[in-house]
Amino acid sequence: MSKALLDIKNLHAEIEDEGKAILKGLNLTVNAGEIHAIMGPNGAGKSTLASVVSGKDGYEVTQGTVEMDGQDLLDLDPDERAKEGLFLAFQYPVEIPGVSNINFLRTALNEIKEYRKEDPISAKDFMALVREKSKLVELDSKLASRSVNEGFSGGEKKRNEIFQMAMLDPKVAILDETDSGLDIDALRIVAAGVNKLKNENNAVILITHYQRLLDYIVPDYVHVLADGKIVKTGDKTLALELEEKGYDWLTEEKTV
Amino acid sequence: MAGYTEEELAEDLKNQEYKFGFTTEIESDKIPVGLNEDVIRLISAKKNEPEWLLEYRLNAFKIWQDMIEPDWAHVKYEKPNFQEISYFAAPKKQYESWDDVDPEMKATMDKLGISLDEQKKLTGVAVDFVMDSVSVATSFKEKLGELGIIFSSFSEAVQNHPDLVRKHLGTVVPTKDNFYAALNSAVFSDGSFCYIPKGVRCPMELSTYFRINESGTGQFERTLVVADEGSYVSYLEGCTAPQRDENQLHAAVVELIALDDAEIKYSTVQNWFPGDKNGVGGIFNFVTKRGMCHTNSKISWTQVETGSAVTWKYPSCILKGDNSIGEFYSVAVTNNYQQADTGTKMIHLGKNTKSTVISKGISAGQSQNSYRGLIQINKNAHNARNFTQCDSLLMSDRCGAHTFPYIECSNNSAKLEHEATTSKIGEDQIFYCQQRGLSEESAIGLIVNGYVKEVLNKLPMEFAVEAQKLLAISLENSVG
Amino acid sequence: MTLVLSKKMDTFLSELTVPSNEIQSNIIEQLKGMDFPTSRDEYWKYTRVGKISNTKFSNTTAPSNEIDVAAHLVSDNYIVIENGTIRTELSQTNSDFAINYKDATEVNHLVNLDNNNVFTAINSGLFKEAISISISANQAIEKPLQLVFVSTGESNIANNRILVEAGKSSSASVIISNISNKANNCFNNTIIEASVAENAHLTLHKIQNESATNLSVSTEQVRQAKNSTFKINTFTLTGLLVRNNINIAVEGENCETYMNGAIVSAGKQHVDNHTFVDHQVPNCYSNENYKYVMDDQSTGVFNGRVIVQKDAQVINAYQNNGNILLSDNASINSKPELEIYADDVKCSHGSTTGQLDEMALFYLQARGISRENAKKLLVSAFIGEVISATNDDTVIELIQQLLSNEYGWEFA
Ligand SMILES: Nc1ncnc2c1ncn2[C@@H]1O[C@H](COP(=O)(O)OP(=O)(O)O)[C@@H](O)[C@H]1O
Ligand SMILES: [Mg+2]
Repeated sequence: MSKALLDIKNLHAEIEDEGKAILKGLNLTVNAGEIHAIMGPNGAGKSTLASVVSGKDGYEVTQGTVEMDGQDLLDLDPDERAKEGLFLAFQYPVEIPGVSNINFLRTALNEIKEYRKEDPISAKDFMALVREKSKLVELDSKLASRSVNEGFSGGEKKRNEIFQMAMLDPKVAILDETDSGLDIDALRIVAAGVNKLKNENNAVILITHYQRLLDYIVPDYVHVLADGKIVKTGDKTLALELEEKGYDWLTEEKTV
Repeated sequence: MAGYTEEELAEDLKNQEYKFGFTTEIESDKIPVGLNEDVIRLISAKKNEPEWLLEYRLNAFKIWQDMIEPDWAHVKYEKPNFQEISYFAAPKKQYESWDDVDPEMKATMDKLGISLDEQKKLTGVAVDFVMDSVSVATSFKEKLGELGIIFSSFSEAVQNHPDLVRKHLGTVVPTKDNFYAALNSAVFSDGSFCYIPKGVRCPMELSTYFRINESGTGQFERTLVVADEGSYVSYLEGCTAPQRDENQLHAAVVELIALDDAEIKYSTVQNWFPGDKNGVGGIFNFVTKRGMCHTNSKISWTQVETGSAVTWKYPSCILKGDNSIGEFYSVAVTNNYQQADTGTKMIHLGKNTKSTVISKGISAGQSQNSYRGLIQINKNAHNARNFTQCDSLLMSDRCGAHTFPYIECSNNSAKLEHEATTSKIGEDQIFYCQQRGLSEESAIGLIVNGYVKEVLNKLPMEFAVEAQKLLAISLENSVG
Repeated sequence: MTLVLSKKMDTFLSELTVPSNEIQSNIIEQLKGMDFPTSRDEYWKYTRVGKISNTKFSNTTAPSNEIDVAAHLVSDNYIVIENGTIRTELSQTNSDFAINYKDATEVNHLVNLDNNNVFTAINSGLFKEAISISISANQAIEKPLQLVFVSTGESNIANNRILVEAGKSSSASVIISNISNKANNCFNNTIIEASVAENAHLTLHKIQNESATNLSVSTEQVRQAKNSTFKINTFTLTGLLVRNNINIAVEGENCETYMNGAIVSAGKQHVDNHTFVDHQVPNCYSNENYKYVMDDQSTGVFNGRVIVQKDAQVINAYQNNGNILLSDNASINSKPELEIYADDVKCSHGSTTGQLDEMALFYLQARGISRENAKKLLVSAFIGEVISATNDDTVIELIQQLLSNEYGWEFA
């Protein structure tokens, strides 16, 4: 049996200031080598799940556990989770004026290396890595020297997220609607990049609205998240069914 | 931390007038003549006031004597002679006959679409004519009375609700706040009082309009609006008809109190006589307006200022309660030789307090138009937010537009943004409109209306329409 | 009242030796009737000068033998000034700039300055030798001249006077470094008078890196003739009380004026920048950008004033002030002022105050960067924009080095 890379048990979380419950007993186990897709209606809590797992401020976990590779994540700072090998491709990548992509990634990479007690990467090797990985998502290498996400088009931001994923080589990557706002060519590029990065030792969670991404990145499992829980799990055919029927039948079924 | 108490605030108000005002209080040994204790006793006696109110006035007079007229504002004028002012029973000068009324003013009122009868009433012409508004007012009063809403002249309130008045008078604008507030506190003639009981939503816009001449509010107007917990009121001051008044100096004080969860919307259209084209005559309008916001409450000031020769006015909010909100939306237009120094002060004391300031200045002719605004985030105002946008539009090459913001932040969780722009009215925009067949005048009207729209939208509908007309009139022949 | 006040000035002056000439003794006589500014003065509203006015400074301390300026030098053309006294033997100058040292009798600007300002009058009355710097017409000097003002010892006052004349069509830059060598509670009172002739380009870099107990007031009085460009970059890193007054009179058409400021403060520092651009004539451009990063209990003041005078048409003037408060106890007062008396203008100002952007911090953390380092990255980026705007690599490098030493920030 392959080992569980991400193990979420009975996760309850609410918005800190408002006390509004968003995740209400969510369970999810992702093993090495797997691709999972999480679908669900708008406002279901998909991004909240990604935020809570990656440790964003403003949410309170009231119950449950999240483990990555046997390690409890909930007590760690966001950067420690990243250093443990968690990667989140943001639904809305943040613009950081004045901080160059290069400086940013090099700082990140070296901190991660230090955490893992590895030697820092030399400037030369780093630049070589940047060139190699930016090709993967056909990101103009000029973008690498610009400020993080500043003035990037929507598609460039998304590709930049995957480029960063390639640079940091995570164990578990959560891609939050990385496909939205991409035209079909960009979607293919991003999907090809993700497929290349995927291997037996890591795992990918795709949060998406659209079945079309799953034509390019074929998931092992498809989950439906509604009202803060996984309400249905199936294989890739579930995605097609959802495309056809929407989500109402699932939430209705549940209330019956 | 423990809550900021009433006493502490009172103490702060007493000690920090420099912080709350822009003024510097300098001691002076000069005692102005022309106003004395006997005059004040006389005013008070004529109004049959209780002893405490006389004391209040006398105390204010004492304080005022030690103050000197402020000169920090960006305005120049000949200081009024306080000896020559009549402090009580100062009825508006009435015109002997309709023929005496300034023809220019008549023309303006025609443009505003004001009926002849109403025009006569507004100019105070003594004619045998009773407008319907008295009965209208009465029917309003009945309806308000059913809800427990008190809306009356200040003098009536002193007689009928002395405890309410006594409890709140001077709690927001302390007597020694500034020179003119002190003067007003000593000699205020009359004004309005309004109280909305707990949980009541006032069903109509309360307006001083319909009793504008009823009580001869005079030059030292005093207004007090108290919105009790969870209540709501929208209050309109002024009217859009031009006000001819022979009193040179106007020094009003307006105090608003929004208790927990209450909301007060206070709208003003000020159109006092601005003086003639050569800058002769006109009103000096030195007003102190301030609101106190308790927990979860909101005070919103909206003003359209087109009149007066000299304006000095900063409707402000003390955001004392947590989560309280202060807003200031202003259009100030100056033309010919008018001078305006106006803006707001938002004092953030409570947590999660928010303020928004939108100021649109328009200067034309030889006028001077200044925005002066203070945003003060105090030590304990965690997560306070302010957004300020102040724009100035220049219509001639002889006018001035000035911006003097004071941004004081002592809490690092606060977030403040201030933006200001000053520019000329777009010639390309005017040309574009003209090319489509609009006259220059209407092109300017159109552009100016677009520029001030954000603020006018905050006014009640009918008021907004009239304000728009008023702007057009104020800016006639203004393009240099 | 006045009696008490002049007593205060008497006390202030009591330990100070006035150079023996009539001009300066007259100024000192006038000064005795004057008072230090208080918070009632509009332009001193947020800055108390008690730390200065209540100290009996000395201006006769013997020179130190242990002056070390090496770490701060970025040019091989430099003058070292210790506590207001020029140390030629420690300086090294070449012939790029024409440099003269003048006493008060040789400086004819004294009466033109606003001697009603107390600090100006103190300087005028007490400075020993003014440094007069001329750049000849048509001369383009590549290497900057660096003036290194060193404070040493206890409670010493330095009255520094600098005159810069940039000749027609010349271009040059001057670096003014304020540093300390074992100094405590010293006061630097500096006046720079600069005139920028037609078509000339002059840049001043001010690097304020004094001891944590030092006080400083400096005034730059600048006049620009037509087609000229003037830039002034102020970097304030340390110093207990720092007040800078920059007054620029733009007297000729088609001028450009740039003012940049990067202020990093901690401890109990108080940093106050007052700038004033007077657009007297048409067709000019001015741009100002000041950024403050404030930690601990430090306080900051920004007062940027722009006047566009009557008939000074077609002026574009921009002002920006950005502030980040890193600690609960830091505070900032910002007053960007515009006074416009002409109509064909485009003027704007913006002021923002807040903390570091939480979203950006989280994004960096989610990529594995510790919160501490994420903050440093964002702060460096925030202030870095102003630093790189100086366009002078040696200066940029020095500032980055100093900031890195002081706060561990990295720039890239
Ligand atoms: N920081 C927040 N403050 C308030 N409400 C939030 C916050 N984050 C998420 N929510 C609310 O939680 C619910 C789930 O949102 P989200 O996780 O973004 O949904 P999804 O990604 O599935 O569309 C929504 O109702 C949203 O409005
Ligand atoms: Mg989402």
